[in-house]
Amino acid sequence: MNKKKFEVRIAPDECKGCERCVIACPRNVLKLGTALNKLGFPYAVRTGQECIGCGGCFLTCPEPGAITVVQIESE
Amino acid sequence: MEKEKILYGRSNGFFPSFERRPGPIKTNMHYCPGCGHGILHKLIAEAIDDFGIKDKTIIIAPVGCAVFSYYYFDCFGISAPHGRAPAVATGLARANPENLVISYQGDGDLASIGFNHILQAANRGENLAVFFVNNAIYGMTGGQMAPTTLPGQKTQTSPLGRSVTSEGYPLKVSETVAALDAPVYVERCALSTVQNIRKARHAIRKALTNSIERKGFSLVELLSGCPVNLKMNARDMNEFLDNQMSRYFPLGVYKDTADSRDPISRPTGIYEPQAVRELLYPVRVADGVSESFRNPSRIFQSERRIKLCGSGGQGVLSLGYMLATMGKLRNFNVSWLPSYGPEMRGGTANCSVVLSRDSIGSPLVSKECNLLIALNGPSLEKYLPTLKRNGILLYDESNGSCPDEVLDRVIYTLPASDLAKQLGDLKYANSVLLGAVAVMMCDLFLDEEDKADFDRVFEEAIMDCFHEKEHVVKNNIKAFYIGKANARRIRN
Repeated sequence: MNKKKFEVRIAPDECKGCERCVIACPRNVLKLGTALNKLGFPYAVRTGQECIGCGGCFLTCPEPGAITVVQIESE
Repeated sequence: MEKEKILYGRSNGFFPSFERRPGPIKTNMHYCPGCGHGILHKLIAEAIDDFGIKDKTIIIAPVGCAVFSYYYFDCFGISAPHGRAPAVATGLARANPENLVISYQGDGDLASIGFNHILQAANRGENLAVFFVNNAIYGMTGGQMAPTTLPGQKTQTSPLGRSVTSEGYPLKVSETVAALDAPVYVERCALSTVQNIRKARHAIRKALTNSIERKGFSLVELLSGCPVNLKMNARDMNEFLDNQMSRYFPLGVYKDTADSRDPISRPTGIYEPQAVRELLYPVRVADGVSESFRNPSRIFQSERRIKLCGSGGQGVLSLGYMLATMGKLRNFNVSWLPSYGPEMRGGTANCSVVLSRDSIGSPLVSKECNLLIALNGPSLEKYLPTLKRNGILLYDESNGSCPDEVLDRVIYTLPASDLAKQLGDLKYANSVLLGAVAVMMCDLFLDEEDKADFDRVFEEAIMDCFHEKEHVVKNNIKAFYIGKANARRIRN
């Protein structure tokens, strides 16, 4: 039987740490990290909670490629 | 085995790398953290890619943070002067109906300096998708008060809060545009919560669909955050948009008549240079003038500045135009500057003509003119001081002979108005005077070989000026030769 799961991926150097994705996520999948990226911003990281693939974080993020939401299907 | 599928990711509506952006950063946009522009850019880029319209979309961004949007979108981009995006967009949309034109404007642009432009474009029902980003302040310049600033809101230029008694109320753009007849779709959305952003996404796609179907003018107003200038974090920003701004600028669809509208069809433009030329100049003006005559390097080495004056209706402007055309036919750089307005009403009409071998600095002749053509006494009196010491005066003596005080000048004179009356219409006075100009130029400037071709240049200048009416051309040419026969030089 196929099993679907979702994963949100952050490109650290494209994130500006505005926290929009953090407050938009209904499952608290994301939080703002403490490390700084090469632009000098703290960037969003995963908390470990399971992503439901709603895409809200991507929609609310102002950067084109900072967030990617993928669906992983395993057989 | 695992299979990966990207559900949400970087849109192909953006360039893969922002090479147009100066500096080392090629993956990020230049906007501040949390800026609404980025959210909207992504929605537009996604729609452009999904609809497959990259090759015909033109995004026009006037002054504002988004003026650099052409760094990012993989389609055409034009930066426009402040507030003038709808004018540029109108041109693009009308010149080629296939163009899909997006006007991307902020509130400091659209609602302020460009407010009339957007209303006129909306009222004409231009086929545009306008995305109006309303963040309640001037973001690019550091947070000054905008027309959309909320009552009581503190900004750089309203430190005590916007006072409606002195600064008025926030301008409601969507409501105003929706009140017009022509627009087909007006909606206000907010780039705040995910739910609202999804609505905005739908609105943007709807506006673009209207454009693709050529339904006319669509405007989507987007309440958008400027967290840096408003000194708010993401949570407060959303709260501000959803509770404070939305209270004054209610979200929702204000107008949607796209379904009941037929696609716009307008006359298309003409693109062949030859066709344009034939439309504008039915008479082929430059033909028939020999090449050697068109480039006579020996006369008029320096700039010639000509002032023409008379009372309104005497044909002063047309005479100036004919002189300028004559210069054009001889490959001069020419300028023709008529005076307008109260100066002309009932008083003295005048125009300035400059002929030059080099580029012309100022088309205005207000002093040091080489040739003064005066059609009546009062205008001679007014403009005589502008004539150079060794300048030439051409005077219509129908209303009286030249005043004594000018008799030390080089003067050409003839009773132009009287001769025109004999021809049947006072309007021919200017062509009669043109004949006098020809006499003057033959006397003073031209070699024998030039003189032979010279009349034809004047004839063609007359044709160019009155090209629509054949009998008018004929009579004016007749007037020209009468002027040539009657002009005389007095003194000097």
